[in-house]
Amino acid sequence: MSDMMDDMDEGGEGVVKKFMFVNRKAPHGTIYALEGLEVVLVSAAFDQDVSLVFVDDGVYELIKGVNTKGIEVKDFSKTYRALEGYDVEKLYVEKSSMDARGLTEEDLIVDVTVLDSTEMANLMAEQDVVISY
Amino acid sequence: MKIGIMVSEGPYNHQASDSAYLFARTAIEKGHSVPRVFFYHDGVNNSTKLTQPPQDDRNVVNRWSKLAEEHGVDLVVCIAAGMRRGITDDILAPGFRISGLGQLVEAGIQCDRLVTFGD
Repeated sequence: MSDMMDDMDEGGEGVVKKFMFVNRKAPHGTIYALEGLEVVLVSAAFDQDVSLVFVDDGVYELIKGVNTKGIEVKDFSKTYRALEGYDVEKLYVEKSSMDARGLTEEDLIVDVTVLDSTEMANLMAEQDVVISY
Repeated sequence: MKIGIMVSEGPYNHQASDSAYLFARTAIEKGHSVPRVFFYHDGVNNSTKLTQPPQDDRNVVNRWSKLAEEHGVDLVVCIAAGMRRGITDDILAPGFRISGLGQLVEAGIQCDRLVTFGD
């Protein structure tokens, strides 16, 4: 075991990094969105500075009126509304991704900050850890 | 530099695990350390010793095991993602262990970089 592993065993208590989770995929069709939410909740439990970004088909993760009965999978869209309870309050959506899909903020189940591509790039550049799926 | 790695895709179907392995091996050769590789999503399928690829092909699972043995890389399989896909302690290849998502977050906190491989 290296010194690094000894450090890791201590769990990095007290260190707060900027974690960004980049949601790029539709909520259903693949498992990325669902499993991705699990990491978000764990990182919040580690008291990290968490941001969520929704781009490309990822914006569909936040739309209202989801009904998954027909495809027989769990509807986890309510989890996004519960994020506030985990102190995950920084949600960003890319404007051009919404525009391309004919969506506006009115179509979303949570309050978000809408950014253009340049603002999004700047926000990403500020992060310590970016996890994308 | 301390580099953590996340692998999000299974072996053979996708190049992510190959790329992650080659990246990890090269980083170590260049003098960096790779303390942990975290396997998530279908990436958990990289950890099963039941894999039997044709003899003229690379063995993705064994390569990871060898990297762990030679360089002390901690190969962590997500328990929640693993349980969904039938990955249990009984079928783990050498060097792999099953643990929680906290291990991924911890790698992000402790390492200088966290590099993800997937779609």
